[in-house]
Amino acid sequence: MIISIASGKGGTGKTTVAVNLALSLGNQVQYLDCDVEEPNGHIFIKPEFQKSVTVGTPIPEVNKSKCTYCGKCGEICQYNAIVVIKNNVLVFPELCHSCAGCWLVCPENAISPIDRELGIIEQGKNGGVEFIHGKLRIGEAMSPPLIRKVKSEIDSNKTVIIDAPPGTSCPVIESVKKSDFVLLVTEPTPFGLNDLKLAVEMIRTLKLPFGLVINRSDIGNDDVRLYCKEEKIDILLEIKNDRKIAEAYSRGTSMVEIYPEYRTKFQELYHEIERRAGA
Amino acid sequence: MKEIVIISGKGGTGKTTITAAFASLVENKVMADCDVDAADLHLILSPDIQHEEDFYSGKTAFIRENDCTQCGKCVEVCQFDAISPDLVVDPVACEGCGVCVYFCPVNAIDFNDNLSGCWYISNTRLGPMVHARLGIAEENSGKLVTLVRRQAKLLAEQQNLDYIIVDGAPGIGCPVISSITGASAVLVVTEPTLSGQHDLERVVSLAAGHFQIPTFVCVNKYNLNEEMTDQIKEFCKSNHIHFVGQISYDDVVTKAMLNGKNIIEYSNGKTAEVIKNIWQNIEDKLGHVI
Repeated sequence: MIISIASGKGGTGKTTVAVNLALSLGNQVQYLDCDVEEPNGHIFIKPEFQKSVTVGTPIPEVNKSKCTYCGKCGEICQYNAIVVIKNNVLVFPELCHSCAGCWLVCPENAISPIDRELGIIEQGKNGGVEFIHGKLRIGEAMSPPLIRKVKSEIDSNKTVIIDAPPGTSCPVIESVKKSDFVLLVTEPTPFGLNDLKLAVEMIRTLKLPFGLVINRSDIGNDDVRLYCKEEKIDILLEIKNDRKIAEAYSRGTSMVEIYPEYRTKFQELYHEIERRAGA
Repeated sequence: MKEIVIISGKGGTGKTTITAAFASLVENKVMADCDVDAADLHLILSPDIQHEEDFYSGKTAFIRENDCTQCGKCVEVCQFDAISPDLVVDPVACEGCGVCVYFCPVNAIDFNDNLSGCWYISNTRLGPMVHARLGIAEENSGKLVTLVRRQAKLLAEQQNLDYIIVDGAPGIGCPVISSITGASAVLVVTEPTLSGQHDLERVVSLAAGHFQIPTFVCVNKYNLNEEMTDQIKEFCKSNHIHFVGQISYDDVVTKAMLNGKNIIEYSNGKTAEVIKNIWQNIEDKLGHVI
């Protein structure tokens, strides 16, 4: 089963929920950190990394001795990543989306794909948790292709927990799609509610089953709960605002390490998800 | 005219709280919300929309079933797994590259412009504001960010304003790169946690390292872990980044938000005072770094 943890707003506790769920299950778990721009899961899971690979995305390289400057590559490219000006071809690697159009269309076979570095993927283990994350190269704009590569490591025999990036646009969609269940994490404040509504619209567009975790549940006001009631969204877990949890978080210590009783809560959460995803 | 972009690396560190406070502290400015896929600044500034425009960006393929001969060429050329085996395009997965459109032997694929969101110019009680809303599950947030910044700049030029204050997105990817490219300076709001510190280092490498933009750093909730706050200050010092202040954990931030006010409007307390000093520090240093 694949469970994604997402939220519209950042800093609501996605990583906290993902980490504690993974640690509470303990065995046969695969943790994928798809927040490749700012991955933090490793700080809490503390895996021993065994493997690190650089991954890339194909971009065009033009063999100028074969090129006739016909301009077909520039015509097909929707991103202005390859342009033919008189007797010259210019490639702008950072604009390329790797659609393959230019090398498929080139009548002279003068274009071949080479890699642009997206970042690295690291894999490791801590006990029964297999850990995989991607780290986007500084200066690289496009995270979805790296997220796709992280997700290509999914082992469907395990319980897969995906820590998604914040927001509601392409990187989030790439992370959560094909999940069996999405856990949305919010806090009961106006910002939390506003971004939760956007996240709910997104998840509904993707037609995925989902439920809600309210973090720091005793701050703010009741508007998130009222919204959930109106929209028939089930609140599966509430976590109180607790300075001890926040301080532990600051040092890279998970909730279940300081409050072992939370293990049972996260295991119950998992069984509830299992029941709903199967239904 | 100076453009200051507030970013954070890690989400939820207090970007929008600080940006909204700056709306009360900075004279002669336009506010711009560039966190277009989870925009929150409007919840505090309550904009009164004066101008609204659709944002078209990119295209999406659509296979006309009646004209399709089911040859499968489109599935073969699509690099994004956006066309199902029964030859229907998934508009969410479609990148709008047009390769299927080009290679379809019977021209059975339409390629229409995407309505990806809208953008607004508004009045607020604290001055003009440019903001946007990205459509649900839409792409091209970077292009919308660029558009919001361009409109804010135009407005600042027309009205002879001194500052553009931009609320940025979390992360280091496309929307962040679009928010900070060519800006006068960046303020990174971080928190004293291992995650905050890790993400700060990455976002500073992007802003100060990769783009060579003058970078300021402040720490929110500094008393959550004072040792780590000191480490962050040390990091700033050794990387020649200006550290401009530290804000303690304060319930008043949430209370102000619940009342639809920024912290400067809501309270005269210590947190408001600290944020005033942060802006003062930035303004004093701007003359030297730009």
